[in-house]
Amino acid sequence: MPQIAQLADTYASQIFWLLVFFGFTFFVVGKGMVPKVLATVEARDSQIAADLAAAQAARNEADRQEEAWRQRENENRANAQAVLAKAKADAAAKTEQRLAKAQTKIDAKLAEAEGRIAAARTAAMGEIETVAAEAAQDIVQRLAGVKVTKPSAAKAVKEALAHG
Amino acid sequence: MAAEAKVDPMYQFTIKPIAELNIAGYDVSFTNSAMWMLITTVVLTLFVAGGLKRQMVPGRWQMMVETFTGFIDDMLEANIGKAGRKYVPYVFSLFMFILFANILGLLPLGIVGVHPFTFTSHFTVTGILAVLSFSIVLIVGFWRHGLHFFSLFVPHGTPLPMIPVIAPIEFISFMVRPFSLGLRLFVAMMAGHVLLEVLSSFVIDGTNAGAGFGLLVGLPSFLLMIGICALELLVAGIQAYVFALLTSLYINDAENLH
Repeated sequence: MPQIAQLADTYASQIFWLLVFFGFTFFVVGKGMVPKVLATVEARDSQIAADLAAAQAARNEADRQEEAWRQRENENRANAQAVLAKAKADAAAKTEQRLAKAQTKIDAKLAEAEGRIAAARTAAMGEIETVAAEAAQDIVQRLAGVKVTKPSAAKAVKEALAHG
Repeated sequence: MAAEAKVDPMYQFTIKPIAELNIAGYDVSFTNSAMWMLITTVVLTLFVAGGLKRQMVPGRWQMMVETFTGFIDDMLEANIGKAGRKYVPYVFSLFMFILFANILGLLPLGIVGVHPFTFTSHFTVTGILAVLSFSIVLIVGFWRHGLHFFSLFVPHGTPLPMIPVIAPIEFISFMVRPFSLGLRLFVAMMAGHVLLEVLSSFVIDGTNAGAGFGLLVGLPSFLLMIGICALELLVAGIQAYVFALLTSLYINDAENLH
């Protein structure tokens, strides 16, 4: 076993060169390079974390803005609906007013016309009575040869008309 | 011819000097072992340096390096907590150094005439790494808790009369840690390489002995070798992971006591 057979001859060389090369590895690679590599990894990790945080913040901001926009939009819609309802109500009221005015006018005209009709009817009634009285006088004179006076004929006609 | 092709499965662990060097009376020759430490260090440095582009959107290479650092970072954070981050450079170096050494030692470079040397199969190497980890545990423990660190040997809720019995046991198990840490890696790496070498000697010797032996012994051994190579790659990763994990657990003891 050379490890033991050569121990006395080689231990100094082994230890010396191991310390030289492992020392070099430790100071140059371990102390010099590894912290830089770790720092790079750490920088990347923190960069990623920061980016993620920024993205999250931007997302929250967008959500907030959307919420605000939605609120504004709802307000606008409500306003528009209120205006619309008001306009509708106004229009309806105006229409009603005009209809009422027209109705009163029509009512007045109707009443006047009815008055005129009534007057005409009474006038016609009077005329009919006169004509009927004259006709009755005439008929009586011709049939019975009796001369009936005008007032009595009119009285009889009136009685007959009233009894139907 | 078949008798000449004797394969010594232990020969692969032999350390051969490449350049003689002597410092203060100690023989610190640059050996093949040191050569592979150098290669491991260079490959590891290039690997991590390739991931140092520091791009916000990482490429494949950077992603790979960041996966490893993140893996160690997570492991330390899970075992030690927030305080574990300051040990990332050490545990990362340890894990990657062992991992690259294990895997580079498994590369089939023998085909092109270069013989990989797995220096993690030497307990001089794994022992030093284990002692390093253990020293860190001791230093951190005494630095943070002072003499209170000795309460590590008295687990919570130990009845008073049991303390004289429990404390020595805990102490021994604590002192065994660097040995188990170093031996585990050394044994796992050595066993795998020996097994591969033995099986390959079966393939070579069996085939040399004739077509019948080649089919009967060589082929099954070869198939087994393929499976064991895959297993060895797994072991290379697992042993590096275990070393790093146990180190982080021991540091946790020192950092947080119980």
